[in-house]
Amino acid sequence: MSSTEVTETAPASDERRDALVARLGEELGDALIAGHVDAGRDVWVRVATAAWEDAGRVARDVLGLRYFGFLSAIDWLPSPYGRSLDAAIDLEAEPASGEVEQMEQGVTGGETRFQVFARLHSVTEHIGLTLKVDVPNDTLALATWTRLFGGANWHEREVFEMFGISFEGHPSLRKLYLPGDFEGHPLRKDFPLLSRMVKPWPGIVDVEGMPGVADDEGGE
Amino acid sequence: MTAVTERQQLAYIANQAADMRVNVELETEGMTLNIGPQHPATHGTLRIIVKLDGEQVVAADPVPGYMHRGYEKLAEVRTYPQVTTLVNRIDWLGSFANEVPFILAAERLMEVEAPPRAQWIRTILFELSRIGNIALFLGDMAVQLGAVTPVFYAFRDREYVLNQIEAITGGRFHPNFDRIGGLKDDIPKGWVAETKGVLTKMRAFCDELDELLVGNEIFTARTRGVGVIPPEVGLSYGLSGANLRASGIDWDHRRDSPCGLVYDKLDWKVWTHPDGDSFARYWVRLQETREAILMLEQLLDGIPSGPIMAKVPRIIKVPAGEAYVATENPLGEMGYYVVSKGDLVPFRVKIRSASFNNISIVPWVLRGVYVPDVITILASLYFILGDIDR
Amino acid sequence: MTTQLAVELAYWQQSILRSVGVIAAVLLPAGTIVYLFLFKMMSFMQSRLGPNEAGPYGSMQLLAEVGKFLQKEDLIPDGADRRVFTWAPIVVVASTFVTYVVVPFGPDAWFAQIPTGIYFALAVSSLSVIGVLMAGWSSANKYSLMGGLRAAGQLIAYELPLVLAALGVVIQAGTMDMQGIVAAQRTGEIFGFGGIGNPFILTQFVGFMIFLIAMQAELTQPPFDMPVAESELVAGYMTEYSGFRFLLFFIGEYATAGAFSAIAATLFLGGWALPGLDLDNNLMNVLGPVVLLVKILLIMFLVMWFRVTYPRFREDQLQIFAWKYLIPLSLVNITATAVLKVVF
Repeated sequence: MSSTEVTETAPASDERRDALVARLGEELGDALIAGHVDAGRDVWVRVATAAWEDAGRVARDVLGLRYFGFLSAIDWLPSPYGRSLDAAIDLEAEPASGEVEQMEQGVTGGETRFQVFARLHSVTEHIGLTLKVDVPNDTLALATWTRLFGGANWHEREVFEMFGISFEGHPSLRKLYLPGDFEGHPLRKDFPLLSRMVKPWPGIVDVEGMPGVADDEGGE
Repeated sequence: MTAVTERQQLAYIANQAADMRVNVELETEGMTLNIGPQHPATHGTLRIIVKLDGEQVVAADPVPGYMHRGYEKLAEVRTYPQVTTLVNRIDWLGSFANEVPFILAAERLMEVEAPPRAQWIRTILFELSRIGNIALFLGDMAVQLGAVTPVFYAFRDREYVLNQIEAITGGRFHPNFDRIGGLKDDIPKGWVAETKGVLTKMRAFCDELDELLVGNEIFTARTRGVGVIPPEVGLSYGLSGANLRASGIDWDHRRDSPCGLVYDKLDWKVWTHPDGDSFARYWVRLQETREAILMLEQLLDGIPSGPIMAKVPRIIKVPAGEAYVATENPLGEMGYYVVSKGDLVPFRVKIRSASFNNISIVPWVLRGVYVPDVITILASLYFILGDIDR
Repeated sequence: MTTQLAVELAYWQQSILRSVGVIAAVLLPAGTIVYLFLFKMMSFMQSRLGPNEAGPYGSMQLLAEVGKFLQKEDLIPDGADRRVFTWAPIVVVASTFVTYVVVPFGPDAWFAQIPTGIYFALAVSSLSVIGVLMAGWSSANKYSLMGGLRAAGQLIAYELPLVLAALGVVIQAGTMDMQGIVAAQRTGEIFGFGGIGNPFILTQFVGFMIFLIAMQAELTQPPFDMPVAESELVAGYMTEYSGFRFLLFFIGEYATAGAFSAIAATLFLGGWALPGLDLDNNLMNVLGPVVLLVKILLIMFLVMWFRVTYPRFREDQLQIFAWKYLIPLSLVNITATAVLKVVF
């Protein structure tokens, strides 16, 4: 049913998804570090770095999650450039706090700056699973999934160029979108969005009022 | 992965043989042909480097990125309502459908729900986008195969659909109409009756193409058995939408996880085809267009009354959390993985676009086909370049 | 067939008349075909208006197009073999012009009377493949090269059914002279009924169909347009051509279409002759070209109709179609014709 109705009728527990995590835990043992179930909606697990490929294989062969959705990465470093929303109205909306933000690694936690996550789906059970894995800060390397899922090839190439994470065993790990001599990894948080550096964002100046809300904040 | 077609085995042998010839006997070499980035068949700027032995492809390597716009990075400095403007431009033929999964993901994080009327109108616009998008595919596939006429019919009849989308959203291509918690506006007066007239035209269009192309022997000869994708391979590459259903996998987000849209209140069916070839992909899309017309008829009759906007704050701050919402877009599964840290802007948006996965299978499926089949297969996989490059 | 013109003309006068005539005979049908079918009929079939600004109903559009092409820059790619590149369109157009030479337009309105006219026409029409190959090779472009090679393969494959289909007519008419074939149809009888003569489309229907299909392939019109397949090879062997040279290819394409239609009309539809009018009636020298033009347009209508309707074959399917179906069928047709010829 509609996910948005879940707010009223959210089941306290979700047996299918709990079972999925439990089954994965049986197969992987200690390698399953954390699991998080958003009852009725979604499920996340975090696996040990060494068990990344095994986790994919178990998910595909044992749990029947044969459909490869995507594979990507997150840079959990708080952006050193702020939100690049530095117009007066934005500051008013949330005054800049002086304290340094801590790195928080999302719903399943984590220990490293980069996490790779992938989405698998079961086309028969209609259940999706997001797998996460920490990428060691020092090596920034991970086992490849290309042996499991053909589609991982391009996704890992994208992660490689956008985050600088390399995948061991990938058949041709080269840049996908960017020209070969491009330097830097654009989706890292410390890669500046130069257009915003050159010309500051004017802020939310021309936003329409929401229905039923008095338009008292529309700035110039 | 075991079900490799016979032709692909032959291609592998041909590849080996070609290399042998280069090294030993005749001193011939394969020809490397650059298809694109400017080429009529790539309708956009996709480049495919194909290594040919005669007219047979021994290796193909697509090079996307000529139009990469970095939406994932840009979304990190946009507030949530602003992101829809960006994602409109991903699949530019079915723009409204791009907005929906993002808005649904944000709504899930905010724990708000659009009112029923907004959900119905969303579904209507979603299906209209699908018809507008797929109609162009139905004509474009023909032009890639050398029949020039159907594409004119496609452009002619798609115009009616675009007019209806424009009448409601004000934008022909980029509506930017979906809002967190509902929609920007209600439908105008008389729109429902007008749209029903358009649906009649679109049904006639589908019948026309059915006769003109599906019943045509040359079309059948060019597409049957060309570019066969076995279901296991399709799943492994993450193919979605009609491409996967044409391989016989009965899976549709609209039926199986209809979050936030009202597909579960409609009477419709998911079409599949067992063959997995280019013909099957065309056929499935044709049937889906018809099914979308059927759905729209039910939708237009059942629009509930009520508000079109839920109560949402003036300045939208999305609570911390992660959500992945995918919908069945015209091109296939489109999803947004949104990571929020309770800020005005998303912390990370991963855009899972359908064409990216659909085209990543190209090196596998193009092995061993002839040059004309390259075009057939590319056309039947149906990609929008903005959907690959994001 | 040896009647003289009413007015005696000196040889040089006849030569000038015939030279002017052959240019008119090439360009007039080509222009009519382009305007009538390519511009207007195709547009209406595709639910659009087509050219409608230049002249009444856009009839001057063709002149505008010619002017446009003449203004364009004449590009020759750096890597091209310049001499071959510049000569290729001329070879193509020349082959078309020569084809027209043996087509009779009336009892005396012919350019050259050759006893083996049909043989000559089919022979020189295939010269254009050399021009196409030259264009494909000299452009220094892989698409052009593939287009040229495809064209060569296709034209050679379909030359055979074309000739074999014409052979049925030759057997039935008992002559290779184009005028003789016209006369045979005009004076022929179907089971003793001579009212409409014996246009060979009736008795040689299979041959006509084969000829039409092979002609479609020779003209590289869809569904046989792989040499120029614009969705695959951009524009095939014409990719690198621009301006006047492209215009020559364009004229060549539709003039060849006219030439083949004229041959088909002569072989199967009775040529310039009209039922009810005598063969040596002097009026036919004026009326004949008009009659032939109408018949050309009838055949071109079919060609262009197929063109806008069908998708394109694949190269291997094209070859299979020629060698496995058309050629055996035409051989059967010849055998049947020969047997019947002897029996009756």
